Amino acid sequence: MKILVCIKQVPQKDVPLKLNEAGTWIREDVSYEVNEPDAYALEEALRQKEKHGGEVVVVTAGPARAQQVLREALAKGADRAIHLEDDKFAHLDSVNTARAIAAAIAGESFDLIVTGLQSDDFGAAQTGVLLAEILGLPHATIIIGIEKTDSGLRLKRELEAGHYQWIEMPSPAVLTIQSGINKLRYASLIGIKQAKNKPLRKVAWAEVEPKLGKNLQQIERLYVPVKQKKTEMVEGPPAEVARKVVEYLKNSARVL
Amino acid sequence: MAFKFKGVDFIGFDALLSEDERLTRDTARQFIEDNLIPVIEECNREGRFPRELVPQMGELGFFGANLHGYGCAGMSNVEYGLVMQEFERGDSGVRSFVSVQSALVMYPIYTFGSDEQKDYWLPLLARGEKLGCFGLTEPDFGSNPGGMRTRARKEGDEYVLNGEKMWITSGTIADVAVIWAKVDDEDGRVRGFLVETDRPGFSAYDVHGKWSLRASVTSGLSLQDVRVPAKNLMPGTDGLKAALMCLNQARYGIGWGAIGAAMSCYDTALQYSQVRKQFRDQPIASHQLVQEKLTWMITEITKAQLLSLQVGRLKDAGKVEHQHISMAKRNNVWMALECARLARDILGGNGITDDYPIMRHMMNLESVKTYEGTHDIHTLIIGQSITGVPAY
Repeated sequence: MKILVCIKQVPQKDVPLKLNEAGTWIREDVSYEVNEPDAYALEEALRQKEKHGGEVVVVTAGPARAQQVLREALAKGADRAIHLEDDKFAHLDSVNTARAIAAAIAGESFDLIVTGLQSDDFGAAQTGVLLAEILGLPHATIIIGIEKTDSGLRLKRELEAGHYQWIEMPSPAVLTIQSGINKLRYASLIGIKQAKNKPLRKVAWAEVEPKLGKNLQQIERLYVPVKQKKTEMVEGPPAEVARKVVEYLKNSARVL
Repeated sequence: MAFKFKGVDFIGFDALLSEDERLTRDTARQFIEDNLIPVIEECNREGRFPRELVPQMGELGFFGANLHGYGCAGMSNVEYGLVMQEFERGDSGVRSFVSVQSALVMYPIYTFGSDEQKDYWLPLLARGEKLGCFGLTEPDFGSNPGGMRTRARKEGDEYVLNGEKMWITSGTIADVAVIWAKVDDEDGRVRGFLVETDRPGFSAYDVHGKWSLRASVTSGLSLQDVRVPAKNLMPGTDGLKAALMCLNQARYGIGWGAIGAAMSCYDTALQYSQVRKQFRDQPIASHQLVQEKLTWMITEITKAQLLSLQVGRLKDAGKVEHQHISMAKRNNVWMALECARLARDILGGNGITDDYPIMRHMMNLESVKTYEGTHDIHTLIIGQSITGVPAY
């Protein structure tokens, strides 16, 4: 199986974030890490390769610093990497990110494309699905189990409230992976050393720019929620007060 | 309850590291967070070495990480140092175990051993399938190892070893001991021997009643007419210098390791001070005296990081001298111990319980201050290097 894993570099969980001066995104002088669901997608790809043989290719779009997530993937066992390297990639919306990745892998054919179900920063959960659309492939989301069959794939999808669903679909396909599907491996120290000798192809902005369009989504303003304290006194006989409180909880607070 | 470690980087230190160095550090940090942190307080309480972690440590390449070939990872010295930092952020005892296996057992075999010794032992030790210990210190000879009484006498194709070793990390769990002895036929020249611990006449016993390094094994060794084949002599060992070269490797790692212990104490104290409220319902982090302590800690940790990094860069360039390593070990262990004491102060009564790692680090660091060249001996090493006058 030839598998592509799309990985995003996101700000580290728990790091204190500060807004940039324009109030459109965070200040970027923070530590970064692999987007968690993407780490599970990579792990799943490596396990499929261990079972069925083949190749695992990892791709990311982002500035120079994003190379770190590719190095980590190579150290864990991916065979080669593709880096769409430019600061501008960090500011693409989901559809343009999907277009850029599709353009970068044109000419290659994968049996399976996996990515996390969403990113920990924007959380749009769109890139994987849009990539499938652009490549003309079927897709399935929130995958918690993958079995290769003679005709394609047998997949376990997570539904709500603890329910799940088994589905069958042909391959090649694009799957978005849920966190927790497997147990993540560590990069071994020997793996880190070997990663240096694995191929890493860089794709410049100009190479994919013709395939990109105008961003359809952009962040106008980011702000810290303003805390407000408002006290309303409900007066009257107890039955009347109770009726008003219930009404408030139902219609205004919407907790009932 | 203890806090989740958030990492310590005040001046953008990470920018001085390469991608590989950061990745190595992060791998070790994650391994320790997932596997050692959940069990370390129990291990410390019970006086138990978490041996169950050894196979995975081997698999990930943590043993002899800066050696090349023989299944070792071939890390740079800076990368190796960062691994030591992360291990000691977990616990000095567990870091000591890795230091001994790597710097005091694998390094001498790698540097002074015969091809046969290297081919046999290094892959087994790298995988953690065999464990080692290092026998230099004796009950009566610590800072002055040259006075050692352990003797080796050649008889035909064998050496016969006699003597006592003390304060030996991993002694009772080791499969092989690197034993330093004066050879009778060579005018008492000190040489190193690989002694399998199941040989008749070799015995090891645990040191009990330790209030420090409780998660690692500390032992005494006794050798009574232990016979080893002549090929167990490490041919490259020529005098005490060889043993001191091993200690230099270990001390280098300790310099980094102490930073990890200090980071753990500082990070715990910082997070505690932000949630602990006292006077007018304000976090104690808002108190000037608490801020002064935290400031002292972060400043010293930052200086220690820069010191160790430069010593590591020198070591990678083949330009490090033993007095450089002495400075890193001496300074960093001292500052870590001071950080532990200040952090304990900030945590008040909570600081003395094992709900938090502070007291464990503090007690561990008392050993670290003494072993691998005491604080005072390192003072004299640096003193000799700048004045040209030995003052031992």
